[in-house]
Amino acid sequence: MSDIVERTLTALPGLFLQGQPGGGPAAAKAPFSSRLGGLVRGVTALTSKHEEEKLIQQELSSLKATVSAPTTTLKTMKECMVRLIYCEMLGYDASFGYIHAIKLAQQGNLLEKRVGYLAVSLFLHESHELLLLLVNTVVKDLQSTNLVEVCMALTIVSQIFPREMIPAVLPLIEDKLQHSKEIIRRKAVLALYKFHLIAPNQVQHIHVKFRKALCDRDVGVMAASLHIYLRMIKENSSGYKDLTGSFVTILKQVVGGKLPVDFNYHNVPAPWLQIQLLRILGLLGKDDQRTSELMYDVLDESLRRAELSHNVTYAILFECVHTIYSVYPKSELLEKAAKCIGKFVLSPKINLKYLGLKALTYVVQRDPTLALQHQMTIIECLDHPDPIIKRETLELLYRITNSQNVTVIVQKMLEYLHQSKEEYIIVNLVGKIAELAEKYAPDNAWFIQTMNAVFSVGGDVMHPDISSNFLRLLAEGFDDETEDRQLRVYAVQSYLSLLDVENAFYPQRFLQVMSWVLGEYSYLLDNEKPEEVINRLFKLLMSDSISSETKAWLIAAVTKLTPQAQTSSTVERLIQEFTVSLDTCVRQHTFELKHLHENVEVMKNLLPVNKSCEDLVVDASLSFLDGYVAERLSQGAAPYKPHHQRQEEKLSQEKVLNFEPYGLSFSSSGFTGRQSPAGISLGSDISGNSAETGLKETNSLKLEGVKKLWGKEGYLPKKESKAGEEMEASPAPLENAVSENMDQAGTRRDQAPVLAQSKEEKEKQLLASSLFVGLGSESQINLLGKADNVSHKFRRKSKVKEAKSGEAASARDLTCSSLHSPSHVAHEENDYLTALQDRGSAEAEEFPLGSELLDPESVSELPVVGKLSDCALSAPSLFADSDMEVFHPPSSAAASASAAAPVTAEIALASSFLEETTEDVRSGRVEVCSDETVTMSSYKLWKDDCLLMVWSVATKSGSELKSANLDIFPAENFKTSEQPGCCLPAAEAGSTKTFQYRLQVERPFTEETLSGSVSYQRVDTHAVQLEFSVNLSLLDFIRPLKISTEDFGKLWLSFANDVKQNIKMSEPQAALPSALKTLQEKVRLHVVDVRGNEGLLACRLLPSTPSLLHCRVHADGLALWFRSSCPALPDCLSYQCQKAIEGS
Amino acid sequence: MLLFSRQGKLRLQKWYVPLSDKEKKKITRELVQTVLARKPKMCSFLEWRDLKIVYKRYASLYFCCAIEDQDNELITLEIIHRYVELLDKYFGSVCELDIIFNFEKAYFILDEFLLGGEVQETSKKNVLKAIEQADLLQESQNEEWGGLSEDIL
Repeated sequence: MSDIVERTLTALPGLFLQGQPGGGPAAAKAPFSSRLGGLVRGVTALTSKHEEEKLIQQELSSLKATVSAPTTTLKTMKECMVRLIYCEMLGYDASFGYIHAIKLAQQGNLLEKRVGYLAVSLFLHESHELLLLLVNTVVKDLQSTNLVEVCMALTIVSQIFPREMIPAVLPLIEDKLQHSKEIIRRKAVLALYKFHLIAPNQVQHIHVKFRKALCDRDVGVMAASLHIYLRMIKENSSGYKDLTGSFVTILKQVVGGKLPVDFNYHNVPAPWLQIQLLRILGLLGKDDQRTSELMYDVLDESLRRAELSHNVTYAILFECVHTIYSVYPKSELLEKAAKCIGKFVLSPKINLKYLGLKALTYVVQRDPTLALQHQMTIIECLDHPDPIIKRETLELLYRITNSQNVTVIVQKMLEYLHQSKEEYIIVNLVGKIAELAEKYAPDNAWFIQTMNAVFSVGGDVMHPDISSNFLRLLAEGFDDETEDRQLRVYAVQSYLSLLDVENAFYPQRFLQVMSWVLGEYSYLLDNEKPEEVINRLFKLLMSDSISSETKAWLIAAVTKLTPQAQTSSTVERLIQEFTVSLDTCVRQHTFELKHLHENVEVMKNLLPVNKSCEDLVVDASLSFLDGYVAERLSQGAAPYKPHHQRQEEKLSQEKVLNFEPYGLSFSSSGFTGRQSPAGISLGSDISGNSAETGLKETNSLKLEGVKKLWGKEGYLPKKESKAGEEMEASPAPLENAVSENMDQAGTRRDQAPVLAQSKEEKEKQLLASSLFVGLGSESQINLLGKADNVSHKFRRKSKVKEAKSGEAASARDLTCSSLHSPSHVAHEENDYLTALQDRGSAEAEEFPLGSELLDPESVSELPVVGKLSDCALSAPSLFADSDMEVFHPPSSAAASASAAAPVTAEIALASSFLEETTEDVRSGRVEVCSDETVTMSSYKLWKDDCLLMVWSVATKSGSELKSANLDIFPAENFKTSEQPGCCLPAAEAGSTKTFQYRLQVERPFTEETLSGSVSYQRVDTHAVQLEFSVNLSLLDFIRPLKISTEDFGKLWLSFANDVKQNIKMSEPQAALPSALKTLQEKVRLHVVDVRGNEGLLACRLLPSTPSLLHCRVHADGLALWFRSSCPALPDCLSYQCQKAIEGS
Repeated sequence: MLLFSRQGKLRLQKWYVPLSDKEKKKITRELVQTVLARKPKMCSFLEWRDLKIVYKRYASLYFCCAIEDQDNELITLEIIHRYVELLDKYFGSVCELDIIFNFEKAYFILDEFLLGGEVQETSKKNVLKAIEQADLLQESQNEEWGGLSEDIL
C-alpha cells in the first residue's frame, strides 16, 4: 500500500496544496499544510527506517528551535504542533513540545486552542505533571460565553484531567448540566462520567443530577447518562432497582421507533442506546425475579423487532440473548434466545459464528443441553482454520467438561497448546488443563501424563500455584492409601523414564517438581535403588542448563535420599563439587548435606521417610539461644538492632529522607511465599522433627491455602483432609527435651514468666497476622481462632525453659542452624537478640499482672499442670493454651495442630521482625456475676481477627457442679460463635470452667451490651440460672491498620463516606503528638505518617473494613476527617476519637 | 479502550487508558503484526492479553479497537463503521490521503464521536453539526487572523 501512496504523491505533488477535499479551508493554511505535507511526503518516500529516523530527527530539531523562539507566532506554533503530533505518532519523542501545547491551548484563538487541546490530549496522560498547568485554562474556557470554547474545555476534561484538581472545575461542570444547548449538557454528563471513573466519591453528591440527565429531553444527553448508570449499576445493582421501570420504558420507546430518525443506524433505531439499556437491564435483573418480570415484555419485543438485516441487529440480538440468560429465567424467552443462538452458530459468517460460540459458552453454564444441539457445529469449529474460533470453542468445551469427556477435551486443548506461541494463551490454557486434570482425572497414569505435558509446555511461564497444587496433591494423598501409593509410584516411574531420555530439555519448574517427587517417593520403588536416583539427579545437577533455584531443589532431593542409600560415592562427589560453588545458596545446601552426611543418625531422624505432611514446628523466638545472648550481653556486647532500625538510624544520620514505608514493606516483602530458596530464612526455627517440611519451605513451595480438589470421583467437596493424616510423635531428641522441661515445669514460679511470654507471643502473632492479611488469610484465621496456636506456644515455652535451665544448644540445634544460609543465620540471630531483650522488659513489666492473674486460679490449675507432664510424652507439643488457663485434651489439639504448622512457621518468622509489641491484647478480668456456688468472671482478648470473650465460671470450694452451660443472647450488631473444644468437661469442686466466644461485628455501633446467662446444676439436682451482661465498645473491634503513606493516599480517594469533626483545644500546636499518641493507644489507630501539622492514621474494623483518619492542627483546635468504605463507621469512630482525645 | 488505524504504518492513534510511550509502542507493534498476519477470511475479532481486539479493514486502512471481554464485539465493529461513515461524510468520499494529511481533523471527529472511551453521540447529523460549527467559527477567525498576520508581515 505504501507504494500506492508514494506513487500518488509523486504523481500529484500539488494535490494537498490546492484542493483539500471536503470542508478544509485550504487556502489560508496552505503554506503550513505544505510543510506538514512535505514532512509526510518525505517520510513516505523514504525506504529505510534509518533514513526516516534521520529525517524526523532533523525535523524535530528544527521544530524545537521554532517553538522555543520567542518570536514564533501562535499560528506557526499551531502548525508546529500538528507536525509534532505526527512525529509522536511515528514513535519519536517530542516531549519538548508538551509545554508549548499547553501554552497554545492557553493563549491561542479558537483554532489554535483547538489544536492545542488536541495536542495536549494526545501527548499527555492523566498523571502528567504538566497537566496541572492546564487547569486554569480549562476553568477560563468553561466560563467562556463562546460555545465552542466551552465544548473544547469539556472535551478535554472528559479525556484527561488530573484527579486532584476535580474540585476546581466540578461546580462549573455541574452548572453546565442546566445549559440550554444539548451538546454542552451531553459533554458535561460525560465529563462527570469521567470523574466518576477516576474519583467516584467526588461526584457522589450529584447523583440526583444524573437522574435529571436521564430524563433529559435530548436523546444524546440521556444516552450519555446511561454510561454513568451502567457503571454505577455494575458496582451496586441493588441501589438502582427503582430505575428499572424507567429503563424499560426508554427501551420500549427506542425499540418502538419513537426516537428522531437521525439516531437510526441502517434503519435500526439507536442501536448503541439499545445495547446500553440491555446491559443495564441484565445487571438489574440478575437473580431478582421481581425486577426481571418487569422487563420480560420488552426483551421479547427486542428479540422480535430485531429483523436480521444487518450486522447491527445481530449485535442487538446478541446482547438481548445475553440479558435473557442473565436475568431471572423465563422459559419462553429462554427458548427464543436459544433459537437465536442457533442462528449465530449456524451462520456462515465467521464473525457471527464466533459470537455464537461466545454466547454458547456463556449459556452452557445454565443449560448444558444447548451445547448438545450444536455438537456438530462445535466439532467443525474445533478444526476451523481460524485459531480464534478454535480458541473460543475450547473455551466452550472447558465449560462443559465432566469426568466422562475430560480425556478428549484435554487432548484437544493440548493440541492447541502445542501450536500456540503466545505466552498469554499458554499460561491461560495450561491453567485450565491443570484444573480439569485435577478435577476429573479418570486414572493415575493419565493424570501424571497430562500434568507432565502441562509442566513441559507451560514450564516456567505458568502460574506457580499449579506445581504447588500438584505436589500438595501428591503429598497429602486422598482417602485411599493404595491409590495414593500407586499415584506416587507412577509419578516416580514416569519422571525417572523422562530423565533417562537423552538430550531432553525440561523447564526449570518441571525439574523442580521432579526432584521433589523423586526425593520424597523414590523409596516406594522396589526395583530402583536410591543410589541410582541420586546418580540421575547428580547428572542433572552437573548440566549447564539448570538454574540455581533448581539446583537447590535437586540438592534437597539428594539430601532426602542420602539416608536411604547404602553407599554414597555420588553424594561425596556432589559435596566435593558444590562446596566450592560460587552460588551461596547452592553452597549452603551442600554444606547442610555435608554435615548431615557426617552424622547418619541425626540425618535419619531429621529426614524420615514419607513425612512431608507432618508438622513443621518452629521455635520462632530462637529461645535456645537465650543463654548465649545473655552471656554475650553480660560480656558487654551491644544489643542488637534490627535491620530496618539500623537503616533508619543510618538514614537519619545522613539526613536523608526515608522513602521506605516504615517497617512494613521490609518485613512483608520477605515472606510473600514464593521466593528463591535463599530468600527465605527458616533455618534455626526448624526444631528437629520435620526438617523435610522445612526444606520444602526453604525451596519456596507455597502449599498452604490450596484446596484439595482432586479425588477419585472427580471434584471433592472441601473436607478436612488433615484430620485423616497420621500424627506421629516427634522424634526422640525433642521429646526428651520437652519431657525434661515438663518435669521442671510443675512449680508455680515458673509459670508466671511463661504467662507473660505467651502474651508477648500473642502480640507478635497479632502483628504478624496483620501483616499477613491477605496472604494466607484463610489459614491464618484458623490459626488465631482455634486451638491451633497451642502447639506453637508450647514449643516456645519448653524452649524458654530449656534456655533457662542452662541447657546448651544441643546437637539438634546445630543441625538446625546448619540448615540455612550463613548470612541469614547471622541476621536472624541478631534479630532475635533484640526480640529477646524486648521480651525481657515485657516480662518485667507484666510479671505482677501475670502473677496476679494467676493467683485466683492457681489452686485450681495445678492438678491440670500435673497432668501435663504425663501427656508430654505422647504429644509433646500440643497442649496448653496461651493463657495457661485452659488446657486442652491432647486429642483435640492434635487433630487441629497439623493445619497450623506451615503457617505457624511463617508467622513466627514474621514475628521476628516486629518490635513494637507494646500493645495490650487483653483486658483485665472482671467479675460479672456470682452467687453462693459460682463466681463468673470475664475478660476480653483482642485478637487480630476477632474479639474473643472468655468467661470463666469458677466453682467455690465445697460445692460440686454436674454441668454448667453458657448461653449468649443474640445481639443486633454482632454475631457470636462458640470456640469449639475450649472447655474442660470436669467441674469438680473448686475448679474453673472456661467458655470462649468469638465476636464479629456486623454493623458499626458505639456502645453495646452483650448479655447471656449461665446455668448450672448442682450435684443435689438443683438447677440455677444466673444472668450477666458485658459492655462492649466499638473500640473492642478496632485494630490498627498498617499501611504505607502511599496506600493511604490510594485508599483515601477510593472511600466515599466521610465525616469531619473539629475538636477545640487550648494549645493545638503542641497537641498533635499527644493527640496522635492518645489515638494510637486508646482507639488503636495506626499512625501512618506525620507531616508537619497533619497526621495520617488508619485502622480497620473487624474483620476487615478499613477506615482512615486525617487530622490537621489549625488555629483553635484539631480537625479530624474520617473516611471509610462503610457508611456508618466514620460517625462512630469520630465519636470514639473525640471521647478519647477529650478524655485525655 | 484504544483506537487507531493503520496500514503497517500508524495513521491515527488514540489511547483511552494511560500508558507509557514505551508500552504504547510495544502494543502497537504487537497488534500490527498480529492483525496483518490474519487472512481476509478470518473473523474480525481476536484475543489479545485479557482484551479483545476488534478490527476491520477499509480499503488500505485497518481500524482497530480494543475492548473488554464483556463488551459487545459486533457493536464495536459498528462503531468503527460509523466512524468511517463520519469521515466519509466530512471529507466527501474519504481516502487514506485525507486522513494522512488532515489527521487533526480526523481526531476532532473522533473526539466528537467517542469521548473518554465511550460513544458520545450516535447521531451522525449531530456529530457533523458540531464539527462544522467549530470549523465555521474557526474559519471566520482564521481568515481574520490570516489577513492580520499578512499585514504585519
